[in-house]
Amino acid sequence: MTGRALAACQVSASYDQQRVLDRVDLHIAAGETVGLRGPSGSGKSTMARLLALLHRPDSGHVSIDGTPVTGTRHQVPVTVRTRVAILFQSPRAATDPRLTLADLIAEPLRATGTPPEQVRERTAELADTVGLTADLLTRRPHAVSDGQLQRACLARSLVHRPSYLLCDEATAMLDASTQAHVAAVVRDFQGRHEAGVLVISHDPALLARWADRVVELP
Amino acid sequence: MTTTDPLLAVAGLTVRFQLPDGVVHAVTDLHLDIRPGELVAVVGESGCGKSVLAHALLGLLPGNATVTGSALLRTGDGVRRPSPLDLLACAPRQLARQVRGRVVGLVPQSPATSLNPVRTGRRLLMETLRAHGHARADAPAAADRLAVDVGLDPADLDRYPHELSGGMAQRLATALALAPDPPLLLADEPTTGLDRPLVDHTLDLLRRRCDAGAAVLLITHDLVAAQRVADTVAVMYASRIVEHAPTEALFEAPGHPYSAALLDALPQRAFRPVPGYPPMLTDLPGGCAFAARCDRATPACRVQPAFTGVRTGQVACHHPLEHAQVPAEVPA
Repeated sequence: MTGRALAACQVSASYDQQRVLDRVDLHIAAGETVGLRGPSGSGKSTMARLLALLHRPDSGHVSIDGTPVTGTRHQVPVTVRTRVAILFQSPRAATDPRLTLADLIAEPLRATGTPPEQVRERTAELADTVGLTADLLTRRPHAVSDGQLQRACLARSLVHRPSYLLCDEATAMLDASTQAHVAAVVRDFQGRHEAGVLVISHDPALLARWADRVVELP
Repeated sequence: MTTTDPLLAVAGLTVRFQLPDGVVHAVTDLHLDIRPGELVAVVGESGCGKSVLAHALLGLLPGNATVTGSALLRTGDGVRRPSPLDLLACAPRQLARQVRGRVVGLVPQSPATSLNPVRTGRRLLMETLRAHGHARADAPAAADRLAVDVGLDPADLDRYPHELSGGMAQRLATALALAPDPPLLLADEPTTGLDRPLVDHTLDLLRRRCDAGAAVLLITHDLVAAQRVADTVAVMYASRIVEHAPTEALFEAPGHPYSAALLDALPQRAFRPVPGYPPMLTDLPGGCAFAARCDRATPACRVQPAFTGVRTGQVACHHPLEHAQVPAEVPA
């Protein structure tokens, strides 16, 4: 297929002997929102991890904008890996408890050698986008609610303006308002940057509302 | 005692946490009652104080908490346990020995931190059943029955907690709470981490307990869950209940602007977030805490609206949506 897209081509994946994905294709075009659903254990999260280059497929490959990518995240060039970002279900498990929310958002920028002045600017801009006040930015994860922490994680995932954003049950533990807010921020970002978005969820109502099309894993 | 007497009557419950740099207003002047056979849901945004409510009723708050008000539990034989028993005034020892587990069960939010990691599920369940008077002979059968009830394969009971998925651990924790058959069940986000079919299964299980005569307090951020099983729903905002109404009435015609805005955030509805952000519980504004986010706010909202009514459809708002009753002013 031509055009910009994040794609999994005939990927298989397993943990120990347990096969969770068997030659599965998934295609997320730029600007498109794809919903992914399926029962517990059907490999939804594994698919997200494969696409985010956090897990290596047993066979098949992931391609970013037409270029096949091999190896896990740290092995591919910065310019390639920063094109795909992932937002996890549990922000508590996804964040370093020692970092303030501001550092949490800024860390990926510093890691790629962004000048401090730009780091400050971009962090402030994103904090504003997701609605984190200056007071909240100075706190560490234990001192904020799940909703506030997930908003910080969302800001962090957008920090490099990814071409593709993978939301793995990212709103499952959020209340309705925070869920709608996270979705609104993602859609706004998507509108401005023509990003491709994968939304993994158990909630048919959410997928019907958010995704352009829904793929079901058996 | 008639069946219409509330099993639990919470009046004026207020919880404050003392922090080095301020006071957290976690629960403020909360009134709530639950009758046997009734399922009451408490819903609200994250950090509105709803979990603190459950922990206060069980005496599980940390040392820096101050609790006032009363929570009268009408149960017990009147001999070993006085009835009604004020859960908030109860000695920690009495809560531990006679109340928690036996008369007030808790389905915890995070099973990973509430299951003993060095015991198999079966041993945990048997231990609980035996402690609550099950004969040694029929405990294994009862354990299997409970496992099936909560949707767990009895064979999985022989696993240790770390060998269970999040959803399986949640079901085991539910089985443990149900084992002593407590007349009052507190379910604190019992469906977090479960997929929709399991969510529905767990909710229906709570509903069946209710129909068998138990009273259930369901604390959840999941409005769809509340709509599925609750008889009445209390909406909590910034430490206070702002509206408590029969489920159908609330979902069809919410009276409080906050309830309406929260429902509008559902993907089934407008999928529009409540404008603005909830206030910090350390720094609540005077008067109505929702006024800053509310398009109906007027200067009158600088005074805290009254709310003592339980299940009357009364709304803690100076400008409720048309179909609701207007509350009385708070005397200054």
